[in-house]
Amino acid sequence: MGNAIVFDNVRKSYGQKAVIPNLNLSIAEGTITVLVGPSGCGKTTTMKMINQLIQPSSGKIYVNGSNALDISPVELRRNIGYVIQQVGLFPHMTIEENVTLVPRLKKQAGEVNREQVDRMLQLVGLNPDEYRHRYPRELSGGQQQRVGVARALMSDPPIVLMDEPFSALDPITREQLQDELIRLNQELNKTIVFVTHDMDEALKIADQIIVMQDGHVIQQSTPEQILRHPANEFVRGFIGEKRLTSHLTQSVDEVMVKHPVTIAPQKGLAEAVKMMVRKRVTGLIVVDKDGTYLGLADSADIHARYPEESLSIRDVMRADAAVVNVSTPLAETIPLVQQAPYGYVPVVDDLGRLRGLLTRASLVDVLARPYLEGGEEHE
Amino acid sequence: MSEILNVIIDRWPNIVDATWQHIVLSIVALFWAIVLAVPTGILLTRFRKLATPVLGFISVLQTIPSLALLGFMIPLFGIGATPAVIAMVVYALLPIARNTYTGILDVDPALLEAARGMGMTKGQMLRMVELPLARSVIFAGIRTATVMTIGVATLASFIGAGGLGDLILRGIAMVDTGIILAGAVPAAILAILFDMLLAWTDWRITPKGLRIQNRT
Repeated sequence: MGNAIVFDNVRKSYGQKAVIPNLNLSIAEGTITVLVGPSGCGKTTTMKMINQLIQPSSGKIYVNGSNALDISPVELRRNIGYVIQQVGLFPHMTIEENVTLVPRLKKQAGEVNREQVDRMLQLVGLNPDEYRHRYPRELSGGQQQRVGVARALMSDPPIVLMDEPFSALDPITREQLQDELIRLNQELNKTIVFVTHDMDEALKIADQIIVMQDGHVIQQSTPEQILRHPANEFVRGFIGEKRLTSHLTQSVDEVMVKHPVTIAPQKGLAEAVKMMVRKRVTGLIVVDKDGTYLGLADSADIHARYPEESLSIRDVMRADAAVVNVSTPLAETIPLVQQAPYGYVPVVDDLGRLRGLLTRASLVDVLARPYLEGGEEHE
Repeated sequence: MSEILNVIIDRWPNIVDATWQHIVLSIVALFWAIVLAVPTGILLTRFRKLATPVLGFISVLQTIPSLALLGFMIPLFGIGATPAVIAMVVYALLPIARNTYTGILDVDPALLEAARGMGMTKGQMLRMVELPLARSVIFAGIRTATVMTIGVATLASFIGAGGLGDLILRGIAMVDTGIILAGAVPAAILAILFDMLLAWTDWRITPKGLRIQNRT
């Protein structure tokens, strides 16, 4: 597999200020490569130099093996798909007219290929019969961007540039379109260059991620390698700030199990065992009738003294187990939960009343969630 | 009232002739105004530094009282229809040129970016994106110019161009309100009719996609 796009010592400056001091980059054919970085890092400039919407000050850019600067910009752009954040559908043209624009510009074979239009609309999840003759303003934002993607793919360009295409959409639509882009490219194998400032989006869709800062490439690697081996503090901060710190500043009550299984201290051991079996838990939290926390009764302790029929829960519970206050920051509770003998820690309020239960499972859930699902609920 | 009716009946052939002259004068003037002002407006969007001085100059022309402007035409072009039409064109330039200029500049930059990124040439962008989207604003300028031109055309009679102004001047000279109205009323009706005609045309040729309000 060759390189679809190569930057060779590319420099872009405006007056004295070099936006891109010296860029060397290669983008592999048939992959989704995501340029990611904070605003002003040069990612959009880099992308726009590929289709010469921005001319480099010096250096060479090879697109599919030939020097892009030798090709006329108009010719070059007609063979590179382009999708922008604001969608940019022409409001006075129908969906079909918008989608067929590039072939019409090329004056391909006079007649518009109706089958190809239908195939493109189906590919992006729009029913051709329903949408062909409608106008952009009749569509929702997500539908418009689907048409935008169909338009970029219509003339089957080997390379597609996408400039924050999903940033303006609501989170649910964005998720859908990200999923569909991944699916779509498994089918089409285009070289997609995708610009975003959202690391979660990059990690989700990319085959290769290029992290940029101040016009330099800081790291180019797969999402897995970037997560495992961030090149420096900047990259670590960029992938980390949201996925670790922000939910560690959550407080305990956002994460704890809200209604743990409780038992009154005067109950007998047989009743306790029965309750644990029914509720499928390995321990019970002992509270009095006001809801005040008294202690923990674990199944091991109960079973050890089960033959003694006269005992009640009060006699077997541990009153000295660690507890945390409900307002404690989550980060501080992690070692406590990890060291707790039964794997759980009761949560109490200032008056000593039971509010919930922190378990290892609930912490693992919180810590792993951004990795497992891309972290979108922390937007 | 019956007096005015008598005047209209008596002078009917006169009124029809004058109205026809008036229409021809106005349409010829508008034609040349559009031919000159629309390209000027387009060129100004390409050379924006010139926009302020050029539009400023055209505005200055606009401030010359119409009667005085017609007077200036006599030493330059003599009398008759030609100098009258030239003066009317000068008046109609500003609304058309200015609306063309602002109409094109108001086109959403995102659309131009998309157009460029898809590989449109400058000419294709103008023809397929900028003009269609600026069209209603340009049209509004033409409507303003039309109403003005029909008004100014009544004064063209001062330099011998004919039109409904003839009747008005004659009525003033004869101190005959009936004859003044026989010229003034058709001129007013013409202005209203032309404006309505243009409004209807504008609506008819607006692409369906632009008549739909944005969903968001």
